[in-house]
Amino acid sequence: MDFIKANLLTIITFTPLIGMALVLLTPQQRTRLIQWGSIAFSLIPLGLALFMWAGYDITQAGFQFRQQAVWFPQVNASYHVGVDGISMPLIVLTTFLQPLALLMSLRIERGVKAFFALFFLLETAVLGCFVALDLLLFFLFYEISLVPMYFLIAQWGGQNRRYASFKFILYTMFASLGMLLAIQVIGIASGSFDLLYLFSDLGRPFTGNNTINALFEDANTWKSVAFFAFTIAFALKVPIWPLHTWLPDAHTEAPTGGSMILAGILLKLGGYGFLRMVIPLFPDAAAQFAPLLALLALLSIVLGAFAAWGQNDFKKLVAYSSVNHMGFVAMGVAAAAVMAADATRHTDAVIAASGATLQMVTHGLSSAAMFALVGVVYERAHTRDLTQFGGLWSIMPIYGAILIFCSMGSLGLPGLSGFVSEFMVVRGAWPALTPYVILAMAGLLVTGIYILKSLQKVLHGPLGEAWRHHPLPDIHWTETLAVAPLMVMMLALGVYPLLALNVINVGALDIFRLLP
Amino acid sequence: MSRELLQTLTWLAPLPPLLAFAIIALFTHRHRQTSSTIAVGAMITSALLAFIVFFNVIGMPDLGKYPIRQSIPWIPTGETFLRMGIAVDPLGATFLFMVPLTCSLIFIYSTGYMASDPLYSRFFAFLSLFGGSMMGLVVSDSLLALFIFWELMGFCSYSLIGFFYRKPSAYKAAVKAFMTTRVGDMLLLLGMVYLYSQTGTLNFFDILHNEEALRLLAETPAVLGLGISAAGMIGILIFGGTVGKSAQFPLHVWLPDAMEGPTPVSAMIHAATMVSAGVFMLLRFFPLFQFAGHDNVAFTIVGVIGAITALLGATIAVAQYDIKRVLAFSTISQLGFMVAAVGIGAYIAAGFHLLTHAFFKALLFLGSGSVIHGVEHGHHHVAHQASSGSSGSHGSAHAAHEEHEKPQEHAEHEFDPQDMRNMGGLRHRMPITFWTFLIGGLALMGFPFITAGFWSKDEIFADAFHAMNEGNPLALIVFLVLVFSATLTAFYTTRQIALTFFGQPRSEAAKHAAESAPSMTIPLIVLAVFALFLGFINVPKDFPVFGAVLGDGAYWLKNFLMSGLVEKEPTIPFNIIPVLFSLAVVAVGLGLGYVVYLRRPLQAGQTDPVEKLGGLFAFLHNRWYFDALYRAIFIQPMQWAADNYTRLVDKGVIDAVLEGGYRAGSVVAGWFKTFDRVVVTGISDLIGNTIRDIGREGRELQSGQVQNYLLSGLIAAVVLIVFFLVFSR
Repeated sequence: MDFIKANLLTIITFTPLIGMALVLLTPQQRTRLIQWGSIAFSLIPLGLALFMWAGYDITQAGFQFRQQAVWFPQVNASYHVGVDGISMPLIVLTTFLQPLALLMSLRIERGVKAFFALFFLLETAVLGCFVALDLLLFFLFYEISLVPMYFLIAQWGGQNRRYASFKFILYTMFASLGMLLAIQVIGIASGSFDLLYLFSDLGRPFTGNNTINALFEDANTWKSVAFFAFTIAFALKVPIWPLHTWLPDAHTEAPTGGSMILAGILLKLGGYGFLRMVIPLFPDAAAQFAPLLALLALLSIVLGAFAAWGQNDFKKLVAYSSVNHMGFVAMGVAAAAVMAADATRHTDAVIAASGATLQMVTHGLSSAAMFALVGVVYERAHTRDLTQFGGLWSIMPIYGAILIFCSMGSLGLPGLSGFVSEFMVVRGAWPALTPYVILAMAGLLVTGIYILKSLQKVLHGPLGEAWRHHPLPDIHWTETLAVAPLMVMMLALGVYPLLALNVINVGALDIFRLLP
Repeated sequence: MSRELLQTLTWLAPLPPLLAFAIIALFTHRHRQTSSTIAVGAMITSALLAFIVFFNVIGMPDLGKYPIRQSIPWIPTGETFLRMGIAVDPLGATFLFMVPLTCSLIFIYSTGYMASDPLYSRFFAFLSLFGGSMMGLVVSDSLLALFIFWELMGFCSYSLIGFFYRKPSAYKAAVKAFMTTRVGDMLLLLGMVYLYSQTGTLNFFDILHNEEALRLLAETPAVLGLGISAAGMIGILIFGGTVGKSAQFPLHVWLPDAMEGPTPVSAMIHAATMVSAGVFMLLRFFPLFQFAGHDNVAFTIVGVIGAITALLGATIAVAQYDIKRVLAFSTISQLGFMVAAVGIGAYIAAGFHLLTHAFFKALLFLGSGSVIHGVEHGHHHVAHQASSGSSGSHGSAHAAHEEHEKPQEHAEHEFDPQDMRNMGGLRHRMPITFWTFLIGGLALMGFPFITAGFWSKDEIFADAFHAMNEGNPLALIVFLVLVFSATLTAFYTTRQIALTFFGQPRSEAAKHAAESAPSMTIPLIVLAVFALFLGFINVPKDFPVFGAVLGDGAYWLKNFLMSGLVEKEPTIPFNIIPVLFSLAVVAVGLGLGYVVYLRRPLQAGQTDPVEKLGGLFAFLHNRWYFDALYRAIFIQPMQWAADNYTRLVDKGVIDAVLEGGYRAGSVVAGWFKTFDRVVVTGISDLIGNTIRDIGREGRELQSGQVQNYLLSGLIAAVVLIVFFLVFSR
């Protein structure tokens, strides 16, 4: 027990690799064993993550469950992991979505073994990103996470998978090149990649005498470049308009389980990166450019909603809804960034940052549920064309009720979690970004339209001609099992948000406490 | 009873219907009888809890100063918490009486009205959520809690208006209701966020009972340099929510379509819950308007919007044939009365009218449902006779609708059981419905002395008249508009009652209509009692005869509600002139209605006299063409933008640029390739065939492309870095 406690983060992060090894050791033809074994195994990281949550002390500031080991001494990079109020909910979310995504992958028939193995690899990579406290370590996990997702889309995706998977990996790799460069320069300047050192007064890379600052008359020059390198990488991941066009393709073509993880988890690396690295490392540059970020967030919210409204492919509609919803994460980040430099407005900044973090969790729940539900109907109808559905509520009543619930979660109906986070972002952003917030309401309005459009096209109206003689069976219990926990969490966080917010609030406070 | 116990009971009051929703949805949806029993039982339990609280708190003299309240931390905000919880103050207490009472009656009525619907359980599930949300809204202690229940009600109304989800008109009306009110909700959300940012709390009592906070809000200039106070701007934004929810101009368009839902839902929306919530919230924020000053922009906007709405609704109602549509527009108009009253500072009058209206409008809607039910019954009776031997449906139209979708839809074009031209003479066939509907109608007109509507409407007139005499120009407009609208109200109500119940039946169905079951008529009778006598809770002290008879009971409501305000509204001296206006309004409207419709009832096949108005009739009948206007200037352009955005921007610009960049990269990579072929291949002879073969194979595979991608990415990154180096110097 003590061993587990002492190495908890490492164990959580790497347990999925054991799962991967077990899957690879199982004979290919034992499909059932691979599937259900994987699902059962994926509960272990979840249990450990919950154990960690229970052991997290919210009365203490800073990172907990920290662990540091020698890793790359030549460049002074170490294996340094830890967890705080920002990463904690995302770690739990990751381990929570994994079994659900696997449950929704039971219908995968080809290459079951490779499919499940890649999922475990993906989980370790993402968890690694969230626990890493060393820039190089973070970057390593960040890049690794692309590989399994690329293969999941390219091998198990839809019609257009080749284009989508290439677009996905090309965009992300391109964006992370700049970040790698910036990380290296920061490493040279400060002599360390350790985030805690970089946050400390001693280690701040842009002040004082160091080799890089000596090269420039004004440290702001390379600081701005480094800031943009990070910002572009994370903005593309979130994604923020106009860097979002990879997303509709990748999400639409990915298999159901892949879309769930992609939308539920991988996008969060962007928002997390902003809060963990961009604001603490470049507080003044972030404050300076925050209006630009807010403008792009506003465009994501509004145009993402319009784009979703215009779709007739159910899955593409849900994919574009991610642009819309993640725009609120960006808006919260922008608000936090504006006020980060001003100690008198830290309350607003904390609310904005907490809101952005909760919005990531919320979107993780609702988008995963929505992708699962799109998968359910696609599995049966073999089409995602909204114009061909209609009236399905009469033949799939349970599915209809679940779809309405999850759609309302996505819409941000009060009582479900989406509302709390959107409210907090809007509240946090109001004092500093008033005009942007006012205009963002147009996006919230259209959010309502596209959600109701999808509900109407799928469930309402007379039963579609095609389904009168080709009845679609109602949702299967395994599918219900995959969506029900998401629904419970949406409701729980909507009714009693303190459940997650007491941890997130501590994390948000920490961000601003660490600033110079 | 101790305050602690009352707190607990207040917490519990909204819970039973909310639990009933969960229980029905999760467990009992297959058992019709169980589901409806749970729903009705839960609502009555909720009503009993609420009544206990109500009857205890009305005896508390200091309730206005020290409301029943309790809260829990809900959202951590740095070092502090945003709390929310429950509260009962005088305003909330009166609603704690009205809401569960009307809801319970509507629930009981529904067991009869929906008896043959196949989705009976689902109906009761949503109805429970609706009732529970309204209860939650009433006991909310903060704007945030109120907003949560406010939106939940929006969802319920969406679900229930679109209850017959296969009917395109139903789900379109549902979407229209949800989206139109959402416009108002977005303004409300902004107002809420602004208020929270300014005051650091959303608790009603910490803001609205706190003179210091109110004064500060009134003295702070609003954001964006609008030239008004923060209090004024917050008030206007919050009023935006009322405009949406209470169907005020220009967001009134959803309410008439909302009657696509089953009739009990219309009663819920028009009386007990939705639209009342909007005015309720406006009354809650009345102190904010007060402190912003009586002649401020916020009050003026509220007054003008209310007056326009009152007039708009009343004029349109004159030219409608659908029995429910007339009522829908009368609701819009009456809500306009209340909002206009708030606009001229008549807090008590607005609250009083809201209460009486809830009862008589619920009565009228349930009455119209009974009429429709009766006429449908007659229609089925006739159809059954005509097709003797064929398997005619014995159930109501809903069952037929669900089971035989096509034929029923077809039949609906031929016969509309809601069209008053198909009715007539129903007073003999449906006596209970007739008498109760008549009482409701008289209350709506404000028939003197014996109806509740008279007293509350008179109170608005008196306040408007008084404010007018004090030189408030807005009050002059409001008074004149309301007098005119009230006259129209008396006229169209007479028209409706005459067309429905008097004369000879104008269709076979009306001839064979039958009275509804007791589960439907008993709620009508109970509501009728309130429609008659509720007015006596707020009779002016100096009113001839009535004031003297009631003695200390006069102005009970006024004294009770007033204790909840920081800045009291002065009691105005009794003036006979507005009372004379009240009487004249009814005399003129009713008289005109009598001349046109009662003296010579409409015959079958005869054209309604209002159609003689020609172009004006078309204008009114088509609701001032608002729907067409909105479609042209809002919906269609937005739809176009949505349909074309992806093609034009995402694919047309963003991807085109990026793919252009990729192609440029490929060209550069091509040069490298050429270089590779010419120079490297030349040298490679020295190295040997083997390596060259590997290289060529590698090129032919995908990996060649990946190189290109990476290369173009790298080039772009370098360009970007150079750009910023130059840029930031």
